[in-house]
Amino acid sequence: MKKFINQIDDLLAESLTGFGAAHRDIVSVHLDPNYLVRASKAQNKVALISGGGSGHEPLHSGFVGYGMLDAACPGHVFTSPTPDQMLTAAEAAESGKGVLFIVKNYAGDVMNFEMAAEMLPFEHATVITSDDVAVENSTYTTGRRGVAGTVIVEKCVGSLAETGADLAACKALGDKVNSRTASMGVALTSCTVPAAGRPTFDIEHHELEMGVGIHGEPGRRREKMRTADEIVTDLVSAILEDLKPAPGSEVLLMVNGFTGTPLMELYVLYNSAAKLLEAKGLKISRSLVGDYVTSLEMAGASITVCLLDNEIRRHWDSPVHTVALRWGK
Amino acid sequence: MQTAFILQAAQAVNDAILAHESEIESLDREIGDGDHYINMKRGCATIVGMRDELATLSPDNALQKIGMKLLSTIGGASGPLVASFFMAMGKAAKEQGADNLQQIATAFSAGVDAIKARGKADVGEKTMLDVLIPVATAFREMTAAGTDRATVLCALKETAEKGMLTTRNMMPTKGRAAFLGERAIGHIDAGAKSSQVMICAVCDLALKS
Repeated sequence: MKKFINQIDDLLAESLTGFGAAHRDIVSVHLDPNYLVRASKAQNKVALISGGGSGHEPLHSGFVGYGMLDAACPGHVFTSPTPDQMLTAAEAAESGKGVLFIVKNYAGDVMNFEMAAEMLPFEHATVITSDDVAVENSTYTTGRRGVAGTVIVEKCVGSLAETGADLAACKALGDKVNSRTASMGVALTSCTVPAAGRPTFDIEHHELEMGVGIHGEPGRRREKMRTADEIVTDLVSAILEDLKPAPGSEVLLMVNGFTGTPLMELYVLYNSAAKLLEAKGLKISRSLVGDYVTSLEMAGASITVCLLDNEIRRHWDSPVHTVALRWGK
Repeated sequence: MQTAFILQAAQAVNDAILAHESEIESLDREIGDGDHYINMKRGCATIVGMRDELATLSPDNALQKIGMKLLSTIGGASGPLVASFFMAMGKAAKEQGADNLQQIATAFSAGVDAIKARGKADVGEKTMLDVLIPVATAFREMTAAGTDRATVLCALKETAEKGMLTTRNMMPTKGRAAFLGERAIGHIDAGAKSSQVMICAVCDLALKS
């Protein structure tokens, strides 16, 4: 393992401290328990709080700021944060209109946020994101994972919350965006959890992992490496099979890198996906390409499609000022 | 059950987890996401480090304190589950005592029930519950029947081992391995393994004392 580390146990605190120092105009970082809030607290709005394991940066810390989250709780690498973090973050961010937790559907995240919600002294609700179509949805399983589509949920609900909308409305929009968003990812290499010191999974030079999760947990199947077009065809088919968009539907197309894949290749994926979507009669009116929900140093990417309507498009377009997303303000 | 025994058990569990590092890690890498061992190690080290503070508490309060501390230390899926176990076991110990083996079995079962409720899981889903539920059942039944202490403890170790091995051929429906579906068949669940390791460590300690 070759990583920039002083002491392995200090990695998270040092990274958070650096993040806070670099972006002190946007966020304020607190340690022990670890959480981030906006540098200037927003008033009289629903407090949006998300969180999850570290290693997916800029998710979620990079989305704290005007128009998106009020607070984020980073856990250890690939490990859910704990209820005390969420409670402290909620105390700091709540401004009289309640707390909305936005949680990616992973057992650990769901349980920790659930225990925090049970102890929370404020009105609260939770949106659980579950956009990953690589996992078959079944009443017998934990269900689909929340992956890159979480960014779209956080952006749109963040926009609505800025207008002073109430908790129920924010929760409803979050659930709606989630239900209209589908993602699937593919990994070309593994990633190494710093404290573990070796790759999470073994993958040969000529192989890819189709349907990988954002922690390097395996997906649908292991395959031989193929062309970008062939890979994208599989990802897009799975996504469209799930969303079943009517021809003529307007969509947001997101190509998300896991870190190890250069932007140049992400645009190859975008080009390929856009051609496929357009061939299906879909209208791509919004796009997002880059590393937003990463998986340490993993090479690979995910494709996300969100079915837009006037409401979602308006909230996507509205001003946002965070470390990782910034426009219109 | 004295607080002193809980402290010895915490040390024994810590030592056993450390001794099984590579086994637990490789199981978790195969069908999990590689953080289970690190999280268990962090939890164990924290409780061992609270030794002096815990020593002043009654057994039920010590168990509850351990639960609260683990809730803010472990994170991941195991954090809330392990924390729920200790908090519920502490609560049961407070309500009905934990002086004899039968009461301890009842308190242990209350802890396991809390894991079932929090994780919304049951036996047969390729998780730690495939070890914990059979052990809780055997523990209750044998102590209710008045079986002698050494026989009970040895039987619990065997039950834990058997339960852990049953996860090998199960299809996972809960936890991180569930995302793998059939590909996880043939692999032992890391949470079941660490649970078996911890139960055996505590039983061995009790057999010696």
